[in-house]
Amino acid sequence: MSVIATPARQSTGGISARTVNRIVIYGLLALFALFYLMPLFVMLVTSFKTMDEIQNGNMLALPQAPTFEPWLKAWGEACVGLTCAGIKGYFWNSIKMVVPAVLISTLLGALNGYVLTKWRFRGHTLVFGLMLFACFIPFQSVLLPMATILGSLGRFGVTLRNATGLSFGLGNPTVNLVFVHVVYGLGFTTLFFRNYYEAFPTELVKAAQVDGASFFQIFRRIMLPNSMPIFVVTVIYQFTNIWNDFLFASAYAGTGDAMPMTVALNNVVNTSTGVVEYNVNMAAAMIAALPTLLVYVVAGRYFVRGLMAGAVKG
Amino acid sequence: MTTVTTQIKLTPEHGARPDVSMRSRLQDALPKIVLAPSFAITIVFVYGFILWTVYLSFTNSKTFPSYTLTGPRAYQRLWRWTFESDPPSSWYTSITNMGIFGFLYIFICLALGLFLAILLDQKIRGEGVLRPIYLYPMALSFIVTGVAWKWFLDPGLGLEQTLHQWGWTSFHFDWIKNKDFVIYTVVIAGVWQASGFIMAMFLAGLRGIDGEIMKAAQIDGATTFQLYRRIVIPLLRPVFLSAFIVLAHLAIKSYDLVVALTSGGPGGSAWLPSNFMYEYTFKRNEMAVGSASAVIMLMTITAIIVPYLYSELRERPR
Repeated sequence: MSVIATPARQSTGGISARTVNRIVIYGLLALFALFYLMPLFVMLVTSFKTMDEIQNGNMLALPQAPTFEPWLKAWGEACVGLTCAGIKGYFWNSIKMVVPAVLISTLLGALNGYVLTKWRFRGHTLVFGLMLFACFIPFQSVLLPMATILGSLGRFGVTLRNATGLSFGLGNPTVNLVFVHVVYGLGFTTLFFRNYYEAFPTELVKAAQVDGASFFQIFRRIMLPNSMPIFVVTVIYQFTNIWNDFLFASAYAGTGDAMPMTVALNNVVNTSTGVVEYNVNMAAAMIAALPTLLVYVVAGRYFVRGLMAGAVKG
Repeated sequence: MTTVTTQIKLTPEHGARPDVSMRSRLQDALPKIVLAPSFAITIVFVYGFILWTVYLSFTNSKTFPSYTLTGPRAYQRLWRWTFESDPPSSWYTSITNMGIFGFLYIFICLALGLFLAILLDQKIRGEGVLRPIYLYPMALSFIVTGVAWKWFLDPGLGLEQTLHQWGWTSFHFDWIKNKDFVIYTVVIAGVWQASGFIMAMFLAGLRGIDGEIMKAAQIDGATTFQLYRRIVIPLLRPVFLSAFIVLAHLAIKSYDLVVALTSGGPGGSAWLPSNFMYEYTFKRNEMAVGSASAVIMLMTITAIIVPYLYSELRERPR
């Protein structure tokens, strides 16, 4: 649909109402673009300034002598609490947590979606509804029991290690977070694949069944090759969500070496030893934002589709 | 709905040998076996845990969970705190903030999102550049958003300082340090993050409207304003509903933004119920009260989401 603002053409002193209209519209759009870009712009230029320039200069001014120092310092030397080894370790923590969590939850979601659309059974709507509602709960309502369970699993892991020499990942905060993110991401991944497979022709699946193809053969040979777009959408959605998570990260890995990036960033900013180095803080924030921004720039279309799919249809 | 499983039984070998029938029975059950772990996980870790939290809220758990039921004491305390406005109790602050934040956040996001979508829908050159600019904040974590705005709104460093340098020395903007106004800075940062996404939802809705209706109305002499007010906006009602649901549940879940932007505000003045829950459970050793507040949050979201999901899942008859 497109409506061109007032088609009426009254010429007022040479400039038509339509032209005025266009100028107003473009002006407003540009103004809002500024509003959205401003914080990112300030963050970016600040991260390339020296502390001198920050204290004496204007927030919006471009750096006079751009320096990479704050970025290097944020990456390698910034203090998170009492440890001053930069945020690089926490960046990798996040990667180690995000990759398995995204892969496992996406794959499970694909299988669930496949079952819920092509192998329906009595009560499939109820099962789906229960899984779907799980997407919307405030995680505060499961935070404490999960902490208790993860705590006991950790103690069990210690016993296990004493007995066998291996703890099988029990008690490891990164493993815990992978588990938590898979559990609470399943609802979304299932929703995405279910809605996608809903539109997938069931006749194809039936024909393959008549030809004697098994459950997994159909999934591998027919569904998967046709699922590329929804895989991209789901992976991006999960990646963004898990990378950006703060609540679970701070509750289950809020201290120590296993902190994910978001928690570490919050600690860097709130560490109050000595002079606050704003340029380093901003560089750290930029580093924390880069992975998801990059995904957004490269695959923005899929990102938006994911948000929409997560938001609109049940 | 057709049960596809029956068709497997038509294969020629079916029932010929016992192990084949075992296998085909396994094939029949396979879909359920595949789904079962996910379903079981959901039942235990979502619904089981919710019940666990509800149970804890009826005990007198402090630092550690205690499993002796002591009645609704935690709820009674929250209820009492609800009316303790002078000096405000933490709970009173949290729910008042929730009201202010929830209303403004939802209302401004909807209004701004719709406004931007309508502007962008006027055959704009450069739409492909503008849309991603409006939308990118949604890709950032609340922590990054918080850090950026904390800097931007800081009176000594950000906007106020900049305007002073430009000569507007009487400009005064210290909301982020002011306990009565700090919640509005959370609104600003929240709107900044989510409004672009709401714009995208409305834009998709606008693009879905049949052009014929519009033309007919224009032929009938409707002005642009009338056109939007009488025809377009009523047609967008489903988008309003979806956007409202998204925003309401984001608002109730908001936690990170308050932490990163304000560290809770002066004296906890920026707390939302989610912050209240976290602080009471993990820092103030009032686990029962924390659990009770979590239950209240859950019930609020349930009241909004369940009717919506129910109608969404019912709508498509098969």
